Amino acid sequence: MSQNYALKTHSLTKQFETVRAVHNLSIHFEVGKITGVIGPNGSGKSTLVNLLTGLVPHTAGEIIVAGKVGLKKVSSKDMTVYGITRTFQEVRLFEQMTVLDNILVVTTCRGWFKGIFEKHGTYHLAIAEKVLHRVGIWKFRDKLAVNLSYGQRKLLEIARVLAMREIGSAQIVFFDEPYAGLFPEMVKLVSEIMKELRSEGATVVLIEHNMDLIRELSDRVIVMDSGELLAEGEVAEVLGRKDVVEAYLGE
Amino acid sequence: MEYLYHLAVLFTIYAGLAISLDLIVGYTGLLSVTHAAFYGFGAYSTAILMTRYGFNFFVSVGVGVLVSMVLALLIGYVLSRFKDDYYALVSFGFNIIVFSIFLNWQDLTRGPLGIPGIGKPELFGFAFSSTLEFLGLAVVLMSLVYSVARFIVNSSFGRVLKAIREDEKAISVFGYDTKTYKLVIFVISAGMAAIAGSLFASYITFIDPSTFTLNESIFILAMIILGGLSNIRGAVLGALFLILLPEALRFVGFPTDIAAQMRQVVYGALLIGLMLYRPQGMMGEFKL
Repeated sequence: MSQNYALKTHSLTKQFETVRAVHNLSIHFEVGKITGVIGPNGSGKSTLVNLLTGLVPHTAGEIIVAGKVGLKKVSSKDMTVYGITRTFQEVRLFEQMTVLDNILVVTTCRGWFKGIFEKHGTYHLAIAEKVLHRVGIWKFRDKLAVNLSYGQRKLLEIARVLAMREIGSAQIVFFDEPYAGLFPEMVKLVSEIMKELRSEGATVVLIEHNMDLIRELSDRVIVMDSGELLAEGEVAEVLGRKDVVEAYLGE
Repeated sequence: MEYLYHLAVLFTIYAGLAISLDLIVGYTGLLSVTHAAFYGFGAYSTAILMTRYGFNFFVSVGVGVLVSMVLALLIGYVLSRFKDDYYALVSFGFNIIVFSIFLNWQDLTRGPLGIPGIGKPELFGFAFSSTLEFLGLAVVLMSLVYSVARFIVNSSFGRVLKAIREDEKAISVFGYDTKTYKLVIFVISAGMAAIAGSLFASYITFIDPSTFTLNESIFILAMIILGGLSNIRGAVLGALFLILLPEALRFVGFPTDIAAQMRQVVYGALLIGLMLYRPQGMMGEFKL
């Protein structure tokens, strides 16, 4: 196993009441690479992201962020400190806030006391302008997020991740099915952004069903099945394995 | 004229209550139905300190705000474990508990007898004894509340509150400790409500528990829903509307003795109509 990991899990397990969503999972994500995570629906991919971003507490096992001790318990607040951020499979925006505010809110300071006396300034606006231009929705900045089209909503989520990167809080980025429902030109844009992130040295995790995209983008791939690790390694090698094809691609 | 001043004082006090509640309900999205409790903490602190210990009004306001904020810290801490409908229900429960304490802790509050003879504010030998003078003071204090509220909602902190209202989990993923944010705004809001309570006690010169019931909390809630949630000016407008409504009803020919009861019916009907045709209220930015 490579020593050059950004994030690693050791026997990570999540037991919902009757369902074992993630079981005994020991995987790692390498620095500066795009790791694809694939697996059938219900194989635990999204749960994995929820665990690693502290949204859901894990039942057993450890999460190891590079250079840090194994974490038995993580909160989403901690994970931001470690530079982990994400998009959501079901888009989660701040609906009744403007597009601009959706970005500004992640760029401002984290402490409540400082926050009361802070107003967003040119620094925050510059970040917002940059990332909204990058995904091409700067012109909608004064619209409420709820009024955006589906594709624009997905792009706003990606812009939010880029804003986190601008403030230095996104060394590890999880994209949970970012392509679902996007038009071809938007797909191209998202792929470009992901490659950019990689070339900047970010660790990218891409959960995706589309095998063409996985092949195009991923440096490594992790295959999950029923909450367990089925295979991991080089894309071509893993996707050629018979058991992977049977579990997932064969259908 | 005197009567107009009287209405203006009441409006000013309720505007303060509505503004402070809007910080919790409109901006942070927490459906709190216990605002009258903090209004009561301020009122009782002032009443007890002034009548029993001879405190100056302004000192008693300070103490009242402090008492209310400390209690809000405790109540808010419990409330922060709940969300949505449960939050409303539990807050509801707190209002009932606080009301029972006002009613039954007779050594402190004199229970249903109430506390009479609360003095007028005095500052450097000047007494705010006429209604007009009192109105001046009330306007100054409530403008302060208004300004603080505006300052908060326009800050980075205020933007995070809105994000909590929209999706608490999502904003927590970006590194905000949402529980603390919810608690802080709850405590600030309680402090503001206490100022309104102190003003009320000194203005009416008599308080008893019947002012601080669940009904009162709902009345304040109705103001901000009517005026429009998540909009400070809307809260003021809502207060103005519901304070003037019974007067307006009197003008259109309702007998005086049923005008007060009609207020309940009309504002109930208004709320239903509003929710049907304009759910964001008169000036609101946010639909509950």
